Amino acid sequence: METKRILRDETKLFEEGATLPKGTVLQGRYEIIRTVGIGGMGAVYQVRDRRFTKVARLCAVKEMINSAPDPHLRELGIKNFEREANILATLNHPAIPKIFDYYSEGNRSYLVLEFIEGQDLESLLKRTASFLPEEQIISWAIQICDVLSYIHSHKPNPIIFRDLKPSNIMLNNQDRIVLIDFGIAKVFETRQKGTMIGTEGYSPPEQYKGIAGPRGDLYALGATMHHLLTKRDPRHEPPFTFHECPPRSLNPEVSERLEAVVMKALQYEIEDRYSSAEEMKLALQTVLIARGDSPVTPGTVAFVSGQGVLPVWEFACEDEVRSSPTVTEGILYVGCYDNNLYALDAKTGQFVWKYATEGGIASSPFVWRDMVFVGSEDRLLYSINARTGGLAWTCPTRERIRSSPRVEYNQVFFGSDDGHLYAVSAQSGRVTWKFQALGPIRSSPVVSDDVVYFGSDDGHVYALDIQNGNLKWKYRTNRRVISTPVVDEGLLFVGSTDWNVYALDAERGWAVWRFRTDNAVISSPAISEGCVYIGSVDGNLYALETQSNRLIWKFSAEGQITSSPAVAEGAVYFGSVDEHVYSVDVKTGKLRWRFKTGGPVPSSPFVADGIVYIGSTDNKVYALPT
Amino acid sequence: MDFLRRALGKGKLMKAEKEVSVVKSAEATNVSQEGLSFLVGKGSHIGKKREHNEDAFFTLECTLKQNGEIIPFGLFIIADGMGGHQAGDVASALATRVVAHSLMRRVYLPFLRDEEKDSSRRPINEALIEALSEASLAVYEAVPDAGTTLTAALIIGTHAYIGHVGDSRAYLVTEKGLQQITQDHSLVARLIELGQTTPEEAMTHPQRNVLYRALGQRGSMEVDTYFQLLPTGSRLLLCSDGLWGAVPESEMAAIIAAASSPQTACRKLIEAAITHGGDDNITAILIALTE
Repeated sequence: METKRILRDETKLFEEGATLPKGTVLQGRYEIIRTVGIGGMGAVYQVRDRRFTKVARLCAVKEMINSAPDPHLRELGIKNFEREANILATLNHPAIPKIFDYYSEGNRSYLVLEFIEGQDLESLLKRTASFLPEEQIISWAIQICDVLSYIHSHKPNPIIFRDLKPSNIMLNNQDRIVLIDFGIAKVFETRQKGTMIGTEGYSPPEQYKGIAGPRGDLYALGATMHHLLTKRDPRHEPPFTFHECPPRSLNPEVSERLEAVVMKALQYEIEDRYSSAEEMKLALQTVLIARGDSPVTPGTVAFVSGQGVLPVWEFACEDEVRSSPTVTEGILYVGCYDNNLYALDAKTGQFVWKYATEGGIASSPFVWRDMVFVGSEDRLLYSINARTGGLAWTCPTRERIRSSPRVEYNQVFFGSDDGHLYAVSAQSGRVTWKFQALGPIRSSPVVSDDVVYFGSDDGHVYALDIQNGNLKWKYRTNRRVISTPVVDEGLLFVGSTDWNVYALDAERGWAVWRFRTDNAVISSPAISEGCVYIGSVDGNLYALETQSNRLIWKFSAEGQITSSPAVAEGAVYFGSVDEHVYSVDVKTGKLRWRFKTGGPVPSSPFVADGIVYIGSTDNKVYALPT
Repeated sequence: MDFLRRALGKGKLMKAEKEVSVVKSAEATNVSQEGLSFLVGKGSHIGKKREHNEDAFFTLECTLKQNGEIIPFGLFIIADGMGGHQAGDVASALATRVVAHSLMRRVYLPFLRDEEKDSSRRPINEALIEALSEASLAVYEAVPDAGTTLTAALIIGTHAYIGHVGDSRAYLVTEKGLQQITQDHSLVARLIELGQTTPEEAMTHPQRNVLYRALGQRGSMEVDTYFQLLPTGSRLLLCSDGLWGAVPESEMAAIIAAASSPQTACRKLIEAAITHGGDDNITAILIALTE
C-alpha cells in the first residue's frame, strides 16, 4: 500500500519522466551517475564531484520539488529549506551523512551530501527469509538511540528526525547505522486533496495533530523495531495497532524483556513512553545483558493480584464434581459422580441435604419454584423438593442423561443419550412431547421466544416449536454439538466439535458467521455487552464480537477449556483441565487471578453475591471471592 | 410440503450520472404484498467540485418463501472509487458488479435450489468476505492504480448482513437518531478511537481522507462484517463520505424523520450535502422495512 497512493483528484505531483538524465552536470560541478531513488518530493542521484579530478569523489544529491502553486508559499518553502540545511550542516555524528552544499534552482532545491554505501533495513528485511536475530536488532536500535540522543540534545532547539523507518536507516559497509532522509523534505510537502490509500505506519499518533517531539522519534523507533522483529509491515495494517500483536505473538523467539521495551516505546500517550533516547538505550542495554543468563519460561504469568486467592469455603464430596453448581435463595445445588445431588449453604458451605440417585451426576441442576431438576447416568430425570431433598417424581429415558434441564411454561426440557429431547410436565413428570434427533443429546436446551434450541451428537443444532416439538429448522455443523446454545438479540451462539463457534439467525437457522478455533468447542458461550466468551479444547478462552466474528482478545490457559465461562462484575470466570479456576478481565483478557484445585475443572462457575462457585475433579466444590 | 418460490427479482446497476441536478431514480417499489416489505430510496450526485462521479451503487429487491412465510430479500451496495483518469469510476462500478454477482451466486441462488429446511449453508459473513475479496482482486487486475470503498447490505427479513471496507457507511436509523454500524477504515477513525483527536476535529483534519484499507489494494484485505437486527420502524442508510462528511448526523436524522418516503429522504439528503458545499460525490440508499 505504501507504494500506491491513490488520489481521487488528479493531483500528479511528480512523475518518473521528470528525473534528470545521466550525465547532467549540476552547478557545473556534480555529474549525475545514476538515479538512486525516487520519492514523493523528488529524486535522489548519485553524483561525482568534478572538482576532485584525481579521485572519484561520490556524493548524493537529493532533489526536492517545490510544488506550492503560490509564489509566496514557494518562497517560504525555499527559506525553510535553507534554514534546515544550515542546521543539518552543523551536525557532526558518524550516523548522520555530512552535508556539503545546498542550493535552489527554480522550483527545485538540492542538497548535496555524503554518499553512503550499503543497504537500507527495508531491503535487508525483504531479502531475509527468516527472522533477524534479536541481538542484531538490539545493537542497531542502540546505535539509533545514540544518534537520536545526539540530535534531540541539539541547542538551542532539539532536532526531530520525524520520519524514522526501515527505509531511512542505512547499514553501511562497516555494518554501522546511518540515518538518511531527515525530515527536511517535509518543508515542501503540500496537502494532497482527495481520498488516498496508505498510511505512514511508523509515525506516532500525535504527529497527526502536528506535534513532532523527541518522543515521537522513539515511537517510530519502536515501530521500526516491531517491524524488524516480526516482519509485520505496519503500512499494511490498521494504524496504531501494535498493541494488538505484541512481537512475541508473531515471533515467539523474541524475549519478553525486549518486547516490553518495544511496547513501552509504542505507547499512544507521549508521557507513557521512554522519557529520552538515552533512557531507551539503557533499557535496551539491560536486555542485552540479561539475555542468556536468566531464561524466562514462556507462558509465565504475572499475577496482578490474588497470588493467594483463598476459598471462602470448600466442600468435599466423594467423587468428581463435573456438574456445574447453581445457587437459589442462599442454597447451592450441585451434582456429583458419587451419585448424589447436594444442597449446601451458599454462604458457609455447610451441608443441607443430599439425594442419592443410582448413577453419577454429570448434568447440572435447575431450580424452579420449590423443585430441583437433575438428570443422572441412571437414565432418569429427577424432580426433588428444594427444601427437604425429598423425591417428587422421576422420568425415565432409555440412556444416560448428561444434558441439563431447563424449565419454561411449566415444562422441563432436557436431552438424553437416547437421542430424544423431552418436554415433560414440571408438576407430574408426564411426557408432553419428545423429539428424536439422530444422535445423543448432551447439549442442554435453551428456550427463547417459544422456541427450544439445542445441539446433538448428530452434528445439528435444532430449533423446535415449544408447544408441540415440531421442527422449525436445523443447522448442520460438521461434528457433534455438545455445547449449549445461547440466544441474544436474534442470534444463537453455539460451539461445535468441528472446532468452530457459530452464530446462527435464531429465527431461520441461517448461519451468520463462524469462528474457527484450533480444537473442539465443547464449552458453552456466555454473552455480555456485545461480546461472546467461549472456551476451546485448544486451551484458549475467546472473546468475540457478537455482530461479526472479530476476535477481541484471547486468553491462553495451560490446558483445555471445556468449562463454560460466566461473566460478572467486569470479569470472566472459567475452569480448565490445567486444574485452575481463572478470573480474567472482561475488557482486556488480562489475568486477574487464578486458583489451583487438585484436578481438572470441567465444571462451569456460577457467580452470585461476590462469590464464584465451581466444582473440580478433586471431588471438591469451591466458593472463591470474585 | 414447504418449498421455496422464486419471486420477482429486479436488479439495477446505476452508474451515477454526471448531471448537475439530482439523479431521478426509479420510484420506490413496494415488493411483497403480504407481511414485511421494503421501501427503498436511492440517489447519487456528482457534487459541485468534482469532474466525475466516482460513486456507484446497486439495489435489488425480491422475496423468498420459507415455511409458508414470505420474506423480503434485498441486496444494496454502495462504492466510492478513487484513482486518477477516471480509474475510480471503473473501480467502483466493477467492484459493485462483482459483489452483486458473487452474493447472488453464493446466497440467493442456493436458496432457490434448496428445498429442505436443513439450512446447512456456509455462514453469510463468509459469502460477504469472499464477494468483497473477489471484487478487490478484480479491481487490482483491471485498474491497478485505482481503489474503491464498498459497503454491501444483504437484508433477509428483519436481519441485515453487512460487508464493509473503506469509509462509506451503514447507519441504523431509529427514532433515537443515527447509529453508525460500520467502522471507517481511515486514519482519523483510528485517531478518534485512540482519543488522539475528536470527531469534531476529524471533520476538518487534513488527513481525513486517508484510508488504510480499500478494494483494489495489493495483497490480502481484511473485510469487516456485521449482523444487524432491523427493529420495526427502523431504516438502514448506506452512504458515501460525500454525504456523511458534509451533513451532520443530527441533520441527516431530522431529514429522514421529516421525509414522506425513503425516496424523498434520499433526495433531501443529497440536496443538503450540496448546500453544505458539495465537495465530493454524494450517494445514498435508504431502506425502510414496513409491515
